[in-house]
Amino acid sequence: MTRYFTKDHEWLDVTGDTATVGISDYAQGQLGDVVFVEVPAAGTVVSKGGQAAVVESVKAASDVYSPASGTVTEANAALEADPALVNTAPETDGWFFKLTLSDPSEIEGLMDAAAYAAFVATL
Amino acid sequence: MADIVEVAEPLPLDALHRSLGARMVPFAGYAMPIQFEGIIAEHLWTREHAGLFDVSHMGQLLLPLAADKPLETLLPGDITGLGVGVLRYSLLLDEKGGILDDLMVTRRADDLYLVVNGAVKAGDIAHLRAAGLAVDYREDWALLALQGPQAVAALQRLVPGVADLRFMRAAGFGWSGHALWISRSGYTGEDGFEISVPAAAVEALAQALLAQPEVKPIGLGARDSLRLEAGLPLYGHDLDPGTTPVMAGLSFAISKRRKLERGFPGADIVMAELLDGPATKRVGLAVEGKLPAREGAEVYAGDVRVGIVTSGGFSPSLGAPIAMAYVAAAHAGDGTALTIDVRGRRLAATVVPMPFKPKNYVRAATPTDGASA
Repeated sequence: MTRYFTKDHEWLDVTGDTATVGISDYAQGQLGDVVFVEVPAAGTVVSKGGQAAVVESVKAASDVYSPASGTVTEANAALEADPALVNTAPETDGWFFKLTLSDPSEIEGLMDAAAYAAFVATL
Repeated sequence: MADIVEVAEPLPLDALHRSLGARMVPFAGYAMPIQFEGIIAEHLWTREHAGLFDVSHMGQLLLPLAADKPLETLLPGDITGLGVGVLRYSLLLDEKGGILDDLMVTRRADDLYLVVNGAVKAGDIAHLRAAGLAVDYREDWALLALQGPQAVAALQRLVPGVADLRFMRAAGFGWSGHALWISRSGYTGEDGFEISVPAAAVEALAQALLAQPEVKPIGLGARDSLRLEAGLPLYGHDLDPGTTPVMAGLSFAISKRRKLERGFPGADIVMAELLDGPATKRVGLAVEGKLPAREGAEVYAGDVRVGIVTSGGFSPSLGAPIAMAYVAAAHAGDGTALTIDVRGRRLAATVVPMPFKPKNYVRAATPTDGASA
């Protein structure tokens, strides 16, 4: 499994043609207290860079974009009862959805953890 | 997740906020702290203890005492009859009765002291000057708010005597050789104070307040969630020139004498609305579920669009979403079942009285042990 990040602060764990998507620890820190997460239902077709989920913090609603194209296979049901998982475990239990990648080559432009850390340091 | 880049000027407490770990955002043209440890924690701390807010972006204006009568041509409050040391909430109105800003006016011994919203202060000053009023804009003063049930204990320790102020009363005090103007007022629904202090002294005063065990720094995020729970409207969102005092549920700001004498902008329209009832009203909405309804969300009665949300979010004290909306009068009664469209979902909502959370104002002077008589 390899983890990639986007400049929009989503992460993507890739194993073969399946992947898990969430938002980074930096992103949750910027959002503040998360009170609701709207995740795409299984079967939803998402496209790279397209809006795929919505995170509601106390303050505002923010779009989450899919880091890659594909079909959603599972949404994280735990987020419905405990949206604060996005704050407490953004890069583990607070994942948003899993998908089957339609074009694994899309991954090539994404950052690895070191490149993302360097990117965040510039913000 | 997109970033917003705006020009934002630093306020006098900029360095202190940053040293306390604040996340700074542009607001009303200034860099302001949106949060320190987190909006929910800061919100709940203020409801139980005392929160320190930097509201130095707001405009502090001085007018000569003789401006009381001409000021009444711009707003519906009784200013000539205002006692020394008394605050009055009022509204600058346009010729149609539309709200240009909401503000506090205090008569002091030698002047009138006005506090106006930061985002529209330049327009307010131009509006006042166009009416022939001499406006002294005190950019050299900062403004702090100390809010919460323990605010009085914390501030009384530093500034003996403040506990004797009642709600909506103000007086001059001294601290460490600096003159302070302190009112018992605020924007959270809690007991508390607003403290006008020379910009050169504000950091030392803020540090002294933060050293009190009851006090933590609070950002704009919690300020917004606190005022929303208290049912207090926010200018630019719940109030604008398209709203009138009657629509906004702020008829209390039209003083009795002014109702009889009129002579304020849009008086005929506003008084007709007061008599006949407004076509739309600002209401509170309790939203079912966990998904917040935000500003701009449309409100429906069945399939008919009957209103729009002007402020909405998650209430940390209630653990549920709440909103303010302007709704057609026929659907504005308490208990009316409505729905709100949020990204195609229809959320069930009920019209409820505001405040969502009861206010804790101190209407009589608080007895204190020791320091003051």
